[in-house]
Amino acid sequence: MNVPVQPGQQDRYTVLDTAPRRLRDFLLSWDVILVILFVLTIVVNSLVSPYFLDVYNLADATSNFSEKAIIALGMALLILVRDIDLSVAAIVALASMGIGYAAEAGWSPTMLFAVGLGIGLLCGVFNGALVTRFRLPSIVVTIGTMSLFRGLTQVILGDQALRSYPQGFLDLGQSYFIPMTETGIPWLFIPPVPLSFLVFLVLALIFGIVLHRTAVGRQLFAIGSNPVAARFSGVPVNRLRFLLFGLSGMLSGLAGALLTARLGSMRSNIAVGWELDIVTMVILGGVSIAGGVGSILGVFLAVLVLGLVTFGMALNNIPGQVISVYIGALLIAVISIPRIFERLRAWRAGR
Amino acid sequence: MSDPVLTLTAVSKSFPGVRALHDVSLSLQSGRVTALIGENGAGKSTIVKILTGIYRPDSGEIHVGGAARHFSSPRDAWAAGIAAIHQETVMFDELTVAENIFMGHMPVAATGGVDWSRMRARAADLLERIDAPIPPGLPLKRLSVAQKHLVEIARALSHEAQVVIMDEPTAALSANEIDDLFRIVEQLKAEGHAVVFISHKFDEIFRIADDFVCLRDGEKVGEGPVASVTEAELVRMMVGRPVDQVFPKRDVPIGDVVLSVEGLSNATEYADISFDLRKGEILGLYGLVGAGRTEAMQGLFGITPTTRGRVTLEGRPLAVASPADAIAAGISYVPEDRQDQGAILSLGIRENVTLASLGQYVRGLFLSRPLEIDETRHLGRRLAVKASSWEQRLAELSGGNQQKVVIAKWLATRPKVIVLDEPTKGIDIGSKAAVHEFIGELAGEGLAVVLISSELPEVMGLADRLIVMKEGRIVEEFQRGRWSAEAIVGAATGARRDAA
Amino acid sequence: MTSLIKSRELFLALILVIGVILIGSYDPVFVRWQNISDMLTETSVLFMLALAQMVVILTRGIDLSVAANLALSGFVAALVSQYYPGVPLALMIAAGVAVGLLLGMINGALVALLTIPPIVVTLGTLAVYRGMIIILAGGDQVNASEMGDVFQAFPKQTFLGLTTPIWIAIGVSILFWLFLNFTRTGRGLYAVGGNPLAARYCGISQGRQEFLAYSIAGAVSGLCGYLWVARYGVAYSEIASGYELTVIAACVIGGVSIGGGVGTVAGTLLGALFLGIVNTALPVLQISPFWQMAIAGAVILAAVVINARAEHRPDKLILPEARRLGRDSGLLRRVKA
Repeated sequence: MNVPVQPGQQDRYTVLDTAPRRLRDFLLSWDVILVILFVLTIVVNSLVSPYFLDVYNLADATSNFSEKAIIALGMALLILVRDIDLSVAAIVALASMGIGYAAEAGWSPTMLFAVGLGIGLLCGVFNGALVTRFRLPSIVVTIGTMSLFRGLTQVILGDQALRSYPQGFLDLGQSYFIPMTETGIPWLFIPPVPLSFLVFLVLALIFGIVLHRTAVGRQLFAIGSNPVAARFSGVPVNRLRFLLFGLSGMLSGLAGALLTARLGSMRSNIAVGWELDIVTMVILGGVSIAGGVGSILGVFLAVLVLGLVTFGMALNNIPGQVISVYIGALLIAVISIPRIFERLRAWRAGR
Repeated sequence: MSDPVLTLTAVSKSFPGVRALHDVSLSLQSGRVTALIGENGAGKSTIVKILTGIYRPDSGEIHVGGAARHFSSPRDAWAAGIAAIHQETVMFDELTVAENIFMGHMPVAATGGVDWSRMRARAADLLERIDAPIPPGLPLKRLSVAQKHLVEIARALSHEAQVVIMDEPTAALSANEIDDLFRIVEQLKAEGHAVVFISHKFDEIFRIADDFVCLRDGEKVGEGPVASVTEAELVRMMVGRPVDQVFPKRDVPIGDVVLSVEGLSNATEYADISFDLRKGEILGLYGLVGAGRTEAMQGLFGITPTTRGRVTLEGRPLAVASPADAIAAGISYVPEDRQDQGAILSLGIRENVTLASLGQYVRGLFLSRPLEIDETRHLGRRLAVKASSWEQRLAELSGGNQQKVVIAKWLATRPKVIVLDEPTKGIDIGSKAAVHEFIGELAGEGLAVVLISSELPEVMGLADRLIVMKEGRIVEEFQRGRWSAEAIVGAATGARRDAA
Repeated sequence: MTSLIKSRELFLALILVIGVILIGSYDPVFVRWQNISDMLTETSVLFMLALAQMVVILTRGIDLSVAANLALSGFVAALVSQYYPGVPLALMIAAGVAVGLLLGMINGALVALLTIPPIVVTLGTLAVYRGMIIILAGGDQVNASEMGDVFQAFPKQTFLGLTTPIWIAIGVSILFWLFLNFTRTGRGLYAVGGNPLAARYCGISQGRQEFLAYSIAGAVSGLCGYLWVARYGVAYSEIASGYELTVIAACVIGGVSIGGGVGTVAGTLLGALFLGIVNTALPVLQISPFWQMAIAGAVILAAVVINARAEHRPDKLILPEARRLGRDSGLLRRVKA
């Protein structure tokens, strides 16, 4: 440390107010790695395909991952407190079905969103009650409710599809919420933004502020780091976990509404397999599955990286499952590499 | 006397900041029970861990049957014929009794598979030898604590152990079960095993032990045949130092009653806990480990539900359903288990200090980092926390500094009453003195303090008044100046009063 | 018999027997041998995968990649059959098992050596393994006409009235039973999951046990991959999609604790059988097969709620009166009498 001890100071030595920021730590931080990945993705993609850097294409690309990304925000908080919700995609299906039937009954677009949020909230509260009341592991509970929610959708819907929605509702999902706006300056314009991406941006900002700047956010980190000590410090551990499950359900309901509006039809297999994509986003975003570590910025960057990797590969006609090979490998590589270095360092130190 | 089965010669062991054992020698004879006595932190469990291969000594030698041995793992200790029965059982609840006895060295049949019938038969034999008719096929989780201890004894015998170490084996047992256990100890003795017996209860030591070794602050302060000493002499040996000089209690004017507890009880852990606590007063709460002190105070703090009792704070009745209620009312509890319940090791000092009082640093909707830093700096300096920055992770600090941060966290809640549960357990001597100094200071500022401690010099040095708990109840109250170490230990252990 | 069938298994078996009787009395077709044989054949893969998954869960892990592994190893076996029709059947199956084992070992190495949480590892490898099929085949699938006749005929053969998949499932179950109950390593799996610290004191290496568990799960997935592909006559990237969750459901219903260290072969087989019976019973009862998933979900939830042992902190018995009531053990007192 290079801070001089001032004479006459009452302490025997100085304790810095904030930890010294070292360039090396900064460069090796997760968020910076993600930014580098993000830039790489853009550079490689735009070199490979001339269609990549097209504002309309990019705007369309965002709607392909924004619904998942919205759910990922809630999932990030759950994983941060050592829980997980694997039923999110099933909640999307159940909410989407509720919206479909409500639409057939002639409800207004606003009410359709309310239906989605309401169904999502109910499902989430059900998860939360099982996990906190009965002290069950959330992974098992939500595997069960995933089956249950998806199953209920299948039971009610069978192999039908719901496809009559009010035009106002479809417009929300299928046209740009903010159209491309020229500002008069040739290089400055507001790009077209789909509603789902705008919702994600706003929510990400709110989640980031709540998690990193408020008392509740601090309490979530405390729960994830040491739930017992958190409880001893007066943190309402189970109440917060319960609320997070409710929140996760509600976000899934919201995503369900946005997805339904975008697709203009729904079947019981809507959003199948999303839970794994969403967990991947969160883990790649640097949220530790062991709890207590993570940032919304990381999740945000991971969402963009995954979204653009997927989009770029799709532009080059790479099939979806091959894309997921790269994403799966990316996930494992990003987690393994620091650990391999750690192992090497420990091995060298041990010699 | 025959050659010793096991000798420790000049063994020392240090941890960062703590000298756990210094130059301790002892020898164990076959067919004799040696009681290892001493206060908490005197070094007993360090000896157990060295003998069972969990710690390696910094210096000194271990000889078993005349040959020098080095243990680098628990298996080595087993191989040398040393086995321990731990205070908390380290076993497999879901597996059968026989498997628990033979895990790691199961008998194998000619086919290469585990020979269950032989394993069960051998387990039954071993259990038979100690007169414990526990069916070897029963899952361990169906057994009581006492029976699990018996299974551990059988496991020790399965290793052909010459030396059996029992670390407070009676802590969780009923009187009948203790009788049974002692019969088994007698039998082990008769079969020529050397037994190390650790207990805080003098009646047990006088009943079962042949020899004693007394430790204090990591050093051996006495040994010999039990028959040659009285309880009073043992107590004096354990406590040792002239306590009043070590922790000077400041003279503080004691004010009005702040906290009044009446008849606090729960179903199985404590009953009829009643006391008054005054402003500026330090109330010591002494008792053996497992006397229900921690449980009663956690009930008061809202961690566990209480079944009966009334709590009044500054004249107003108080209902506490959760720690948050207690904190809001002005009661703080610094838990005994620093690693699990007190500190959040992966977070920084600032985040730990402000965790229990987050509301104070909120401006508008957000936490104000400058306010947090101010508070952390203020308390951190008062407690002389040593760190490179106020954001350093707690995992990187020494135990003593971690404890100071935890205490700072509770002071930040501006409590009227603070309960300190074994605040100096497992921290270095320097930090210990600082914490003692600080406790006195707190009382001087008008805080009401409850000090739970198993270290007699600590409570005797600091407390204005002392209540002693035994088996979940308050058994005696002492005023400063009208107590003696012997009388206090006597009340806590149930030793004969005339011995004191 | 090493372990008496415990009450949980008995309870589950009872429910199954009652269920079968009720459904059988509604429609006797259900209990006809042909139907039962079909049901068992259909469920045989689930039996084996559930056992493999149980071994992983015993070590406090989870393997989400079993179904992806099944798809990839099945695909490789089908490719072997397509391009080398002359190769003996045993070698084709061995190819599937070998690929499965290799994939399992990759999981095991990542979990045991790098100590990455199992859910993260297998979430990643799940995507990789499935996608590898497309990369291998360029998006093509192997159809029944391209697979060899022997390759496809084997799972349809019967021996002593049972189809080969049932025989294989029986054989695999017996092997698991022997392994888990009669080997030191098998018991060590329970020890590692039940109390890792105590296991270390007994000289059992957690990493070694974990590596073994994922390898076993991989090999079994490979075997099941062959059976699946050969039986349904098609190999492509989507087969058994999402099946990993069905497999975990079978374990949970069968009483395997996600916390590790608890689970029996009998319980897991019954859990899988439960799902198998539900699937076959629905058409018999003229209930839409769409109910299948909802029922499975409800049963999983019921199973975990029933299995949940009271996890709250056990009260210590400190007061003398509480000790007299609670802890005086009959067993010890009998000694004195």
